[in-house]
Amino acid sequence: MIRASLAALLSHWWRHPLQLAMLLAGLALATGLWSGVQAINAEARAAYTRAETVLGQDQLDRIVATDGRLTVARFAELRQAGWPVSPLLEGRRAGLRILGVEPLTLPRAAAVPGMPMLGSDDLGEFLAGRLVLVAPETLDRPGVAEALAGLKPQAAPDLPPMTVLADIAAAETLLGARGEVTALLIDPGRPLPGPLPSGLERRVAVADQGLARLTDSFHLNLTAFGFLAFAVGIFIVHAAIGLAFEQRRPMFRTLRALGVPARTLGGLVLAELLGFALIAGLFGVGLGYGVAAALLPDVAATLGGLYGAAVPGVLELRAGWIVAGLGMAVAGTLAAAGQGLWQVWRLPPLASATPRAWAVAAGATRRLQALCGLGLLTLAGGALGFGSGLWAGFAVLAGLLLGAALVLPGLMALVLAAAGARARARGVLSQWFWADARQQLPGLSLALMALLLALAANVGVGTMVGSFRATFTGWLDQRLASELYLTAETPAEAARLREWLEPRVLAVLPIVSTETNLLGQPGDIYGIADHATYRDHWPLLSALPEVWEAVARGEAALINEQLSRRAGLGLGAVLDLPGGALPVAGVYSDYGNPSPQAIIGLEAFGTRFPEVQVLRFALRLPATEVEALATILRAEFGLRETAIVDQAGIKAFSLRVFERTFAVTGALNTLTLAVAALAMLASLVTLSASRLPQLAPVWAMGLTQAGLAGLDLARTVMLALLTAVAALPLGLALAWVLLAVVNVEAFGWRLPMQAFPGDWLWLFAAAGLAGGLAALWPAVTLMRRRPADLLRVFANER
Amino acid sequence: MLHVNDVRKSYPTAEGLVSVLAGVSLDLDAGQSLALTGESGSGKSTLLHLVAGLDAVDGGTISVAGTALEGLDDKGRAELRRDRIGLVFQQFNLIPSLDVGANLAFQARLAGRHDRGWSTHLAEALGLAGLLNRYPEQLSGGQQQRVAIGRALAARPALILADEPTGNLDEASGDAVMGLMLGLVAKAGASLLMVTHSERLAARLDRRLHLRAGRLSDRVQP
Ligand SMILES: Nc1ncnc2c1ncn2[C@@H]1O[C@H](COP(=O)(O)OP(=O)(O)O)[C@@H](O)[C@H]1O
Ligand SMILES: [Mg+2]
Repeated sequence: MIRASLAALLSHWWRHPLQLAMLLAGLALATGLWSGVQAINAEARAAYTRAETVLGQDQLDRIVATDGRLTVARFAELRQAGWPVSPLLEGRRAGLRILGVEPLTLPRAAAVPGMPMLGSDDLGEFLAGRLVLVAPETLDRPGVAEALAGLKPQAAPDLPPMTVLADIAAAETLLGARGEVTALLIDPGRPLPGPLPSGLERRVAVADQGLARLTDSFHLNLTAFGFLAFAVGIFIVHAAIGLAFEQRRPMFRTLRALGVPARTLGGLVLAELLGFALIAGLFGVGLGYGVAAALLPDVAATLGGLYGAAVPGVLELRAGWIVAGLGMAVAGTLAAAGQGLWQVWRLPPLASATPRAWAVAAGATRRLQALCGLGLLTLAGGALGFGSGLWAGFAVLAGLLLGAALVLPGLMALVLAAAGARARARGVLSQWFWADARQQLPGLSLALMALLLALAANVGVGTMVGSFRATFTGWLDQRLASELYLTAETPAEAARLREWLEPRVLAVLPIVSTETNLLGQPGDIYGIADHATYRDHWPLLSALPEVWEAVARGEAALINEQLSRRAGLGLGAVLDLPGGALPVAGVYSDYGNPSPQAIIGLEAFGTRFPEVQVLRFALRLPATEVEALATILRAEFGLRETAIVDQAGIKAFSLRVFERTFAVTGALNTLTLAVAALAMLASLVTLSASRLPQLAPVWAMGLTQAGLAGLDLARTVMLALLTAVAALPLGLALAWVLLAVVNVEAFGWRLPMQAFPGDWLWLFAAAGLAGGLAALWPAVTLMRRRPADLLRVFANER
Repeated sequence: MLHVNDVRKSYPTAEGLVSVLAGVSLDLDAGQSLALTGESGSGKSTLLHLVAGLDAVDGGTISVAGTALEGLDDKGRAELRRDRIGLVFQQFNLIPSLDVGANLAFQARLAGRHDRGWSTHLAEALGLAGLLNRYPEQLSGGQQQRVAIGRALAARPALILADEPTGNLDEASGDAVMGLMLGLVAKAGASLLMVTHSERLAARLDRRLHLRAGRLSDRVQP
């Protein structure tokens, strides 16, 4: 019985291969986009985990010197006094992060990737300072081999990219920091012999809040997009399954009447769907891998540019996301088929065999839908008003998108009714055009919702990227007000340069900075000269009066927005700084920088950090002289290419980073739009069977098939354009939530939103194109239909 | 008015070409009515569709109100249907998205010959005056067929083609609808070619022809 029933059920798909193709394609695309995003996320997360577990920096407390200077001698002293500490020397060279450790005293809790793999010979080499460990992909990077000349680099797959793990002696040589130590790692397994000697302080291990939250936000963003794309794909699946259920109602009834129990029938249908889900899911996972592999170089660039985290640009196929992808395919199928399955389960054997038009949702359903939608929009408003945190932001987004999607059909029906009423006077065809569009609405509403979401995501992300870019350009103009930036190799060279430059340019502005701890987080303090350049251009968000005078006198500090928001420091608040606290006199925007930052006067900086040498200068000069001066500097002082940076170059570089940052979201957007177009095509093909009885009378009364096809095409394009009209405000709302809510929660700063009406034209073009492409094939089919097909509508024996 | 000369039509089927009309000829004068009878599947609808220009003949000629159909392209035949012919089907085939008023006026407005007075008269004569704002799905079968008849007559076509117009109605309402239709066709001065199964209805028309084995005869074979 089971075999016969299953054969009967499956025969439907045999007779409707297009429906099956649509079902499988929708499911595979949905799963593909979803698992592609997951793959990218998984890959990036794995890279962070590698970066974070190096030396267990997040897990181990460390001892640092309050004045920043710690030596090997001091370490030896402490060690002799019974302190369970191990030295760590950390620094940068040629773009590489150099970590020097002392394997013999290193606490066991410090996870050192690669070390356990070393054989005793290699360990000897390592201790002797000849062998260093490097991530395999880093070895191939240009410049790395030169930087490690004379050493034997060995590949350690667990190391994060661009990181070199070496014995502390080798690191000293590499960094040119003889006898210096950055910090002492404390072995958590052993007690400390007493209170810390003066001049030392214990820094408690904290997860790197900034990086964690930033990267989380990026992944959350990607996941949100993946989910949106998945939802759009599931709309197709829902349409295909719904149609298949309706068309098979007579068969279900017959099977029940022939004695197949409802449970068996339900089980068979379920098994059939799960089979499809698994097949399409596998295809989808493969597709997702392809998408991810294609996008990954961009993602790596994105993360690298935004957060300074290096992600290897290769993709590994992970079992986890294959399983997750299949799980999503099954869950999506069940969600899309739930209603139909329920009906099969409850179907009485003598149910009516006439296929009810599957999608003809009555006005009542539409009203209920619209009410649910309005409810969701209200909830989104509530989350906006009363919620807090990143998740509240995403709750607002979800409520907004879903609510708007549900309201859409009701809204469209109203608009079409109004348009129809006005069209009455313009002729019978235009009256029919609108009335017919309204009649098609129930069957198309799922696809239109999908299109709405895809378009809104497009506007939202486009606006976000555009605002980002515009703000960033303006901000760079302010921040990089000087025409040329110079970096000297040595203090002596710096002095010579300064002396030579002073009479030749308008101003030479020294820039000094040091990495330090700002309120428990690693950050930077800058010292800047008292000059009109800063007064006129610095991007202050808020400031006390006379702010620059106070900073110049060393009586106040400026802080970046990130520090201000994270630490809740407003104007006038007192900021703890090495060498004494200062009041905050101004807050400035510092986009794209995850770390806290403070600025004090140049003299005050010199007093507080006498060890920091002045090596960098900003030069003010007429823009026309920049190139000539740079040429002379290179010739006269033998300055390397990288030592001279002109402002235009920095801007171009920074913008490139931002462009790449959002290339990923752009690609996802386009794909989502394509999926929405496919959903429309699926619905139109589905509807085309029931369209004939609506079209044939019009044809019989004197319209050509080509005319009808043209009207059908125009109707779909019109519906898509109307959807775009609705998508525009929705997308702008989406962007606003992303910029003013999510971004503040995730990045610590708020981005001013800007509108880009030029992009809206592109939105309408994309919507029209999606509608037109989706409607093209059904229209051509209609045009090519043999008259006999249309005549069948009038046949008496149906 | 209507000239059908030696028309042939066959359909491809699994068993090869099956001839449905094997040389059919008939003439219909202006204002005349003709009943077409024949067994189910004898090709009555096929002939009607060919006359309406909804499908193309395999051989022979058809001319309606002086226009030869063979010479027309798709657009020309659409215009002929729109301007000269009124169609009434057994299934009514109203436009579901338009209300009764719009359905009634549809073809007349399409042809640019909407005559408010005539439309109002039709609606009243057909008992539809109170139903103009309803939609087809809200009407009974008899009401729908009356709308279809009104729609066919509204543009004052030269030729009305009706395919078993009362086949879906019970006898009483079928007779009532038929009475209305014959009266209005006469008033409009149109010719009528009507397919019917009913001897009783066929007898009410001016002439009758019987279709059998692909040919017409004016005698009913026992
Ligand atoms: N499109 C078609 N393809 C194949 N056969 C057709 C088609 N249309 C009609 N027929 C066949 O032509 C014959 C005449 O059909 P029809 O004109 O509808 O008969 P009637 O209206 O007299 O009942 C029937 O045998 C029918 O099956
Ligand atoms: Mg027939």
